[in-house]
Amino acid sequence: MSDTLLEVKNLRKHFPIKGGIIGKQVGAVKAVDGVSFLIKKGETLGLVGESGCGKSTTGRLLMRLLEPTEGQIYFEDQEITNLSRKEMKSLRREMQMIFQDPFASLNPRHTVERILSEPLIVQGMGRAEDRKQKVREMLEVVGLSSYHAKRYPHQFSGGQRQRIGIARALMTRPKLIVADEPVSALDVSIQSQVLNLLQELQKEFDLTYLFIAHDLGVVRHISDRVGVMYLGHLVELTESERLYEQPLHPYTKALLSAVPIADPKAARNEQEILTGDIPSPSNPPKGCPFHTRCPKAMDICQSQSPDFQEVEPAHYVACHLYHDGKLHV
Amino acid sequence: MEVKNLTTSFFTDDGIIPAVDHVSFHINKGEILGVVGESGCGKSVTSLSIMGLVPNPPGKIISGEILLNGEDLTKLPEKRMRQIRGNDVAMIFQEPMTSLNPVYTIGNQLVEAIRLHQKMDKKQARNRAIEIMKHVGLPRAEELIDDYPHQLSGGMRQRVMIAMAMVCEPKLLIADEPTTALDVTIQAQILRLMKKLNENDQTAIMLITHDLGVVAEVCERVVVMYAGKIVEEGDVESIYEHPKHPYTIGLIKSVPDVHMKIDKLYSIPGNVPKPGSIKQGCAFAARCEFATNRCFTETPPLLDMGHGKSVRCFLHETVEDVSYSV
Ligand SMILES: Nc1ncnc2c1ncn2[C@@H]1O[C@H](COP(=O)(O)OP(=O)(O)OP(=O)(O)O)[C@@H](O)[C@H]1O
Ligand SMILES: Nc1ncnc2c1ncn2[C@@H]1O[C@H](COP(=O)(O)OP(=O)(O)OP(=O)(O)O)[C@@H](O)[C@H]1O
Ligand code: SF4
Ligand code: SF4
Ligand SMILES: [Mg+2]
Ligand SMILES: [Mg+2]
Repeated sequence: MSDTLLEVKNLRKHFPIKGGIIGKQVGAVKAVDGVSFLIKKGETLGLVGESGCGKSTTGRLLMRLLEPTEGQIYFEDQEITNLSRKEMKSLRREMQMIFQDPFASLNPRHTVERILSEPLIVQGMGRAEDRKQKVREMLEVVGLSSYHAKRYPHQFSGGQRQRIGIARALMTRPKLIVADEPVSALDVSIQSQVLNLLQELQKEFDLTYLFIAHDLGVVRHISDRVGVMYLGHLVELTESERLYEQPLHPYTKALLSAVPIADPKAARNEQEILTGDIPSPSNPPKGCPFHTRCPKAMDICQSQSPDFQEVEPAHYVACHLYHDGKLHV
Repeated sequence: MEVKNLTTSFFTDDGIIPAVDHVSFHINKGEILGVVGESGCGKSVTSLSIMGLVPNPPGKIISGEILLNGEDLTKLPEKRMRQIRGNDVAMIFQEPMTSLNPVYTIGNQLVEAIRLHQKMDKKQARNRAIEIMKHVGLPRAEELIDDYPHQLSGGMRQRVMIAMAMVCEPKLLIADEPTTALDVTIQAQILRLMKKLNENDQTAIMLITHDLGVVAEVCERVVVMYAGKIVEEGDVESIYEHPKHPYTIGLIKSVPDVHMKIDKLYSIPGNVPKPGSIKQGCAFAARCEFATNRCFTETPPLLDMGHGKSVRCFLHETVEDVSYSV
């Protein structure tokens, strides 16, 4: 077997925009517009980019929670793009999701016991007694106590609720976890607890993560490789160290220089600030999606969209500046 | 402006919550002061107290003074307070949509604010509005002026809010998490704008945030709050390089760095307590690795360390210069 757990090819999701009194389609939000990448077994692939660039949509597509407009998804070398609902059901235990807002994603009227048992019941896994036992074990694993099983979500703090969300995702012993902004709503001190927990669990349970976040520091900390998205496109993808030390795409460079750094000496350096706003994904620029804000834009960028290509080993960039790993200008 | 011993409490069914608990600090003319701390530590209630906007009931300023040019804002009648809010102190909030009126165009709202302050006819005020909009970096100001708030992006709305605040040329601008809802590239634009405003017009700014990076980038001095109290104060460089309070140390070490990868992040054990839930001792004691028995029974005072620095922790009572490197 190959060491690839999941692969997506040319994935697209266009949400229709309906208008007029008869509600016919007048346009489309190109939320994800031709994205290809793979996730290796046991790695953490980080996905960063600014609000609305399509990170969550990508995550939901590969979980098959949304139907792609185009493209293929492979899980353990098997194409799952067209699996029926029923066929997907058994696959669900292999892939689980953790969400940003732990409160909104936990049913307030159910006890923690019930919340954590649900994925097992859906999958028809275990007898009632075994399930109880598993819930208690899992609570300990994520740093809560078995007596918490009888409580309701509102009786927990934000960090504890996120632990419950993580416990729920782990109940079916999945191989892949898509974590969509799992620490964005948490205070820094709680955030570092949850990040450490996710890393410990990865070792213990041999997990593979797709880790979605807009915080570049958090993503660097947790990821082996990182992909950068802009307006529905992947613009750069490589090993985490390389991306942060030697970013190639002009957008990645601008993004990294815009991050405020918690070090007054370093922070006072002049940074290159991008001007203008992010264009709307319902009316993306022609050519390179970044050309309206790119400090390096050339004529070709306005008409031709650059291919996502390997410009040096294991380093993918979509930009006309790079051709066979060399600066084109 | 000087805040002395401010206590603002909320009277709720769960009891009295001292959201701001004997807080004292000052902001010098023309400086940028950062107020940091985690969710619920009392940052917003502090700023609402200064603005005279604490919702009452359930909230009330229990004690203390807020001195602005010699006037105590806590004692002023609402009518005078309204003048102060329009002229001397302005505030921008995290979510600009809540403070812009959705049924009026950007232009209407700016023109009205301008005419409240300066004797101008509508035409002149409109030209002034366009000028200010350009000044805060809003593109296509001539067209945008006739748009409604919902037609603008988050970053543009925040710029409109800053333009509104600038109209009255305040001496003090209170910015409560002005960039928290924004993307980093837009955040960088807004922070640069605020710095420019501070440098050109000598506007003092109180910048409230939980993002230690933002503070490092724009502030000169910092106040760190924990559970309703100030636990450390000083200039930005000493706080980041030689934090003294165990909470500040933990906070700085918890932030993952974009420029360096470490194996395991430091994390402060336990959770942030609700203000008022700790009845005696140091509010940080249950999470502090240096805590002694005394920390659980006695409340540490805010110790003056000289050079404008202070820290609320028994560890610094005897030794003059204990500090920990991060
Ligand atoms: N169900 C939907 N119907 C229509 N448009 C949608 C839908 N879901 C997402 N979109 C749009 O698709 C684009 C991408 O959204 P997505 O949620 O994937 O972004 P994101 O990168 O996760 O952003 P954020 O950081 O804000 O979570 C956005 O413009 C969004 O408005
Ligand atoms: N209207 C209210 N009624 C009751 N309690 C309140 C009210 N507003 C604030 N509080 C209490 O005051 C405390 C301080 O709140 P505040 O909004 O100042 O926190 P903050 O530091 O601004 O946090 P955040 O970073 O989440 O904005 C909170 O713990 C909250 O319990
Ligand atoms: S293709 Fe052109 S516009 Fe796009 S990032 Fe590269 S240089 Fe900039
Ligand atoms: S007073 Fe005691 S508990 Fe509080 S921060 Fe200092 S050492 Fe820790
Ligand atoms: Mg999202
Ligand atoms: Mg607040």
